Amino acid sequence: MTLSAENLRVDSAAGHFGPYGGRFVPEALISALEELDLEYHKAIQDPEFNQELSGLQKNYVGRPSPLTEAKRFSEYAKLRVFLKREDLNHTGSHKINNVLGQALLTVRMGKKRVIAETGAGQHGVATATAAALFGLDCVVYMGEEDTQRQALNVARMKLLGAEVIPVTTGTRTLKDAINEAMRDWVTNVETTHYLLGTVAGPHPFPTMVRDFHRVMGVEAREQILNQAGRLPEAIAACVGGGSNAIGIFHPFIDDETVQLHGFEAAGDGVATGRHAATLTGGSPGILHGTRSYVLQDKDGQTLPSHSISAGLDYPGVGPEHAWLKDIKRASYHPITDTEAMDAFSLLSKTEGIIPAIETAHALAGVLKISDQFKPTDIVVVNCSGRGDKDVETAAKWFGLKI
Amino acid sequence: MNSILEVFKKTKVENRAALIAYLPAGFPNKEKSSEILRLILDNGADMVEVGLPYSDPLMDGPTIQQAVEISLENKTSIDDCFQIVKELSTSKKPVLIMSYYSPIEKYGVSKFVENFALANGAGVITPDLTIEEAGPWILKTTEQEIARVFVVAPSSKAARLTKVASEVTGFVYAASLMGVTGTRAQVSSKAEELVANLRKTTDLPIAVGLGVSTPAQAKTVGAFADGVIVGSAFVKILLENSDFEKAKTLIVELTQQLRAALPR
Ligand SMILES: Cc1ncc(COP(=O)(O)O)c(C=O)c1O
Repeated sequence: MTLSAENLRVDSAAGHFGPYGGRFVPEALISALEELDLEYHKAIQDPEFNQELSGLQKNYVGRPSPLTEAKRFSEYAKLRVFLKREDLNHTGSHKINNVLGQALLTVRMGKKRVIAETGAGQHGVATATAAALFGLDCVVYMGEEDTQRQALNVARMKLLGAEVIPVTTGTRTLKDAINEAMRDWVTNVETTHYLLGTVAGPHPFPTMVRDFHRVMGVEAREQILNQAGRLPEAIAACVGGGSNAIGIFHPFIDDETVQLHGFEAAGDGVATGRHAATLTGGSPGILHGTRSYVLQDKDGQTLPSHSISAGLDYPGVGPEHAWLKDIKRASYHPITDTEAMDAFSLLSKTEGIIPAIETAHALAGVLKISDQFKPTDIVVVNCSGRGDKDVETAAKWFGLKI
Repeated sequence: MNSILEVFKKTKVENRAALIAYLPAGFPNKEKSSEILRLILDNGADMVEVGLPYSDPLMDGPTIQQAVEISLENKTSIDDCFQIVKELSTSKKPVLIMSYYSPIEKYGVSKFVENFALANGAGVITPDLTIEEAGPWILKTTEQEIARVFVVAPSSKAARLTKVASEVTGFVYAASLMGVTGTRAQVSSKAEELVANLRKTTDLPIAVGLGVSTPAQAKTVGAFADGVIVGSAFVKILLENSDFEKAKTLIVELTQQLRAALPR
């Protein structure tokens, strides 16, 4: 797929989605954000850039990723479930789509160093991978709690030559890793690109990251038309920051018959307060340079989030999702740890696919809303990642000895 | 707002830079933060910034982060900050609040500015509010005559400096370096150039902050800036000295030395 100006929805220059989005950052970052925005727009109109990116997608990542009909899982779901297999990408998740785009931009901007935040470690691994491929220095910030629950990915990043810095401030998870990455960026912005891993943060990140992920929805649309002969009734995806969800939603936004469902991490349950369901349990506010839904108190202090899934454990969400929620184009539902782990187990045993725990939230979501559908209805689920990194967490959850 | 401009008029006549001190509200606790800021005012500071604690302070280095975490553990609220502003305003010196925009917007821009005005606050510094997002803020602070201090950085291009400075009232906050708050061994060489570039586009007073902590650094910066902002150095004294009386003595000393370094 090529990213041309025509096939993208053009947002207002300041990067707003209704009242959401924008830029709430120190002035020191403004010139870097403007440079990035300019370089990005130049790049997507440059055939050479598009060729290089699609070449990498094909020959390095392995795109297009397959669309697999999950027939045995469908018997439980009581509708036809198709999986968009981002788990089969090089590095094991959708995160690589955005990373390669931004890594190419980094090279075009003449910067030699990338920094990234990571929760589950998937974005960190993808960034470390691209840094190795392009010969860039790479530093990944990761909350200390996440370095423990995703130890395997920490080792992978180090093997790829990246430096992993455990973040010990605040809640020691993704939110604080982003704070540290921003501080590094403010200090080193002349030489460094902040390779943000989701559709949050200041403009142009929510738009640019979405556009690099649209390839998932563009492929899925074509594949489902080929395989089923028609559009699906629904698209489903898990929502942490929202990148895998927006990437698969976006090319279907104008297809009014296609429902868009996002599933957030409800941890122990939204009512317990121990959750990461930002769109369900949060309210409009500002976090990490953008206005969106945020888990925060009445004084605008960000509240800690909780989820078994490190990649969904974030008290913010991309601004475009906030807008899609408000205009009711997409709906967002909470999924508890228990519901997600049940679906994790079910997919593993019915399809021979061990999903990432993040992805398991989308699968659980499909099981949860399936009574709104007929058995012949079709849902395409973004299988955003594979579960290798989660084997230890899952083994512990299910009481297995390893 | 006028009170801020009057201070800079006075310091200009005295041929020295103004001394502006920062401390997070609620650190080490509510009463003590008010007491320390008062002590700093009594010993030579020309105005103070009351830091409104925020859970995700992107512009702050480890020293201020640690203080802010303590302040939040103390459950310091926005109304507590206004209370401290009110207490300090009896000094007849300008009292400002430094706040990230998240707490302001959540509290409500109108309510925030009105309650701040009721507390006799002079101005608000907003380190992460870009002018593109500042529409309601500009309207309300203009209506209530509260000074609006935006921060500019060495990376700000000339056109951007003009644009930002045109929305400022009170003084322009020039960040001396690319980075976060904290003490540094040396004053950044970029500070003087930034101030010179600002002078080409605005007649407003310019205060320099970030990484100014010693009397020698204050003297260097005070030679070309209208105001010198010191924060982390005060915070550090409080973090490093659990004996509060000792900390107070050190803070008085530092304030007096900073003030003595400013005459040109
Ligand atoms: C496999 C997988 N899916 C989903 C996510 C959540 O991120 P996003 O909502 O941006 O897709 C992550 C994040 O780490 C992930 O690793």
